Amino acid sequence: MAMEILMPALSPTMEEGTLAKWLVKEGDTVSAGDIIAEIETDKATMEFEAVDEGVIGQILVPEGSEGVKVNTAIATLLEEGEEPGTAPVKADAPVAAAAPAPVAAVAAPEAPKADLTPDWPEGTKMKSQTVREALRDAMAEEMRGDENVYLMGEEVAEYQGAYKVSQGLLDEFGSKRVIDTPITEHGFAGIAVGAAFGGLRPIVEFMTFNFAMQAIDQIINSAAKTLYMSGGQMGAPMVFRGPNGAAARVGAQHSQDYAAWYAQIPGLKVVMPYSASDAKGLLKSAIRDPNPVIFLENEILYGRSFEVPVMDDFTVPFGKARIWREGSDVTIVSFGIGMQYALEAAEKLAEEGIEAEVIDLRTLRPIDYDTVIASVMKTNRCVTVEEGWPVGSIGNHLSAEIMTRAFDYLDAPVLNCTGKDVPMPYAANLEKLALVTTDEVIAAVKQVTYR
Amino acid sequence: MAAKRPAKKTNVSGDELTQYYRDMLLIRRFEEKAGQLYGMGLIGGFCHLYIGQEAVVVGLEAAAEEGDKRVTSYRDHGHMLACGMDPNGVMAELTGREGGYSKGKGGSMHMFSKEKHFYGGHGIVGAQVPIGAGLAFADKYKGNGRVTFTYFGDGAANQGQVYETFNMAALWDLPVIFVIENNQYAMGTAQQRSTSTPDIHTRGEAFGIPGEAVDGMDVLAVKEAGERAVAHCRKGKGPYILEIKTYRYRGHSMSDPAKYRTREEVQKMREERDAIDHVRQLLIEGKHASEDDLKAIDKEIKAVVNASADFAKESPLPALEELWTDIYA
Repeated sequence: MAMEILMPALSPTMEEGTLAKWLVKEGDTVSAGDIIAEIETDKATMEFEAVDEGVIGQILVPEGSEGVKVNTAIATLLEEGEEPGTAPVKADAPVAAAAPAPVAAVAAPEAPKADLTPDWPEGTKMKSQTVREALRDAMAEEMRGDENVYLMGEEVAEYQGAYKVSQGLLDEFGSKRVIDTPITEHGFAGIAVGAAFGGLRPIVEFMTFNFAMQAIDQIINSAAKTLYMSGGQMGAPMVFRGPNGAAARVGAQHSQDYAAWYAQIPGLKVVMPYSASDAKGLLKSAIRDPNPVIFLENEILYGRSFEVPVMDDFTVPFGKARIWREGSDVTIVSFGIGMQYALEAAEKLAEEGIEAEVIDLRTLRPIDYDTVIASVMKTNRCVTVEEGWPVGSIGNHLSAEIMTRAFDYLDAPVLNCTGKDVPMPYAANLEKLALVTTDEVIAAVKQVTYR
Repeated sequence: MAAKRPAKKTNVSGDELTQYYRDMLLIRRFEEKAGQLYGMGLIGGFCHLYIGQEAVVVGLEAAAEEGDKRVTSYRDHGHMLACGMDPNGVMAELTGREGGYSKGKGGSMHMFSKEKHFYGGHGIVGAQVPIGAGLAFADKYKGNGRVTFTYFGDGAANQGQVYETFNMAALWDLPVIFVIENNQYAMGTAQQRSTSTPDIHTRGEAFGIPGEAVDGMDVLAVKEAGERAVAHCRKGKGPYILEIKTYRYRGHSMSDPAKYRTREEVQKMREERDAIDHVRQLLIEGKHASEDDLKAIDKEIKAVVNASADFAKESPLPALEELWTDIYA
């Protein structure tokens, strides 16, 4: 039976082309792979090969024809012994594209319920611990519990951690599970992703997240997207952790806050703790999570002490914000070191009779929108605080969410307090100016409360 | 169109040769069919065909054992078929259907199979190299004696992360075989225009990784080299490099205007060095198979490939809910 040779699509976007030249004529014998025609697309002239063997029966579209639509029959191909007059078999027609998914209607705003369950039972014994110690304890506890958890990174073993977060881990777990790497972030991040595909649960320490930019392709393209690309067959259960954001006087290349960058990526979970108890409880959850988790620490907070519950197995779930301070006049939302400014501002504002509700998001993916929205519906005003840059910030995103879900409840525009839109300067006075400050938070609150 | 080279003595059985012939032919016919479906608009986006390079994966799979792993780039159809993945599932992924290995969400470049230890299907040039070393890291950590075949091209061999990986793989004695499929073109840039030294297999020397060049148009040579590499890795001696000199007959992807090489160059390789013709010749000359036997195999393969195309056309598009699944485990 004669087959139709169809005008081929020769690029992802081609819809029609010019049949520039026939390299065969009627009656010629061709085999698979022989070039039979030259076709011009919008990009280039391409050679078109036969995919079956046979004899060219009839040329249906003469050379020089322009605007030949993809899938138009351009010739017929006869099988051995067939006469040219044989009617062609219709080749498969392409399937129609799926109808686009309808856009979901925006739900009417309804006051959500914040999850106010405490992180630990009432009466739990507490102890004072630094964030640094809390992080180390979290890793040690999880490594004791699961043989497949291991730590790798620059200076995590013999040096005991560039910021001493992994102090003592080499002694307890040995060099098989606490691994010093060369200074090659791209490579070791990729090795860790492979190890996670292979069934381990790596914790990758970046000396700072500034260096993780070397590895960001592996983090996003390999770790975050594989579960989806594989139709759920395999993913990367692992943690990327390390200090993020400005330390002090370390200049533009060592001071960036990546919260908003990573929070944009579906497939990643993003954690940014402020207190020691959250650092511990969230890191334990991160290590157990079956997904890639970005765990953003802060060098300035490492040495700060907080009360941590004394429990055998203390974890904090993702997607549950913590209300540090209740108030009725304004909602201040922050995370990580931004909480320091938020809490300081709230205290000073209280002296002036303004009661701020202060919410620590704790995780940025997932974000606990409900707690924020419920609070804004109560206070009718919101100020966000973060150290990162203003454009495309977490505050921008929250503003949009609040506008969408609580527009009628707002008595003032949501204001975003952020770092300034500049690379971090070195000079002490300029660096101070570049960072978000408590005074700026106070000024923003006064603006939205019209004081 | 017989391979014009002397058949050397081999110590593989007729059955083994027949199997290699069958496996290589499956890849070739499958890829031809994929090209056809692409031309009909049934396959979209990027589609990188493996035609010409079949002996590489078939030879190395002959050297692998159950449980060994493999990972590669976006030119991945051949690797999947060679390790035993179902042609129906691969073809249906190419057409973006529910029956595809990734439920239609991955496409030509992104397929995986836990069952067959195939870890993708990666679209960023060179990114699969540290991932392969990481798979080997996990195997060494578990002490299970497995090795990982990490495939990449001559183009990827210039990526920085490859050398970061060579360093760590050697430092930690990881059981990984770096398979450089040198098809002589990094997309459209010939090797001599992109690569400072012609012998890529020597690039491990700086890290203490042994390497060898292999004739990638000879499936038996590939298998033998693969066995040496596997033995090296299983003995705990660390990584091994195989630079397999091969040739891609088709364009880099379907939308390749083929301006960077002559038609004669491609034709010459096809006529004189074709890996499938080579095995065909060995089978006939060694009296392991008759022309009729081979015709029967051709027919069988054609049926398998046609069935995969039918499956790929009939399998439904993924349900719209699938947009929102598999983002988090």
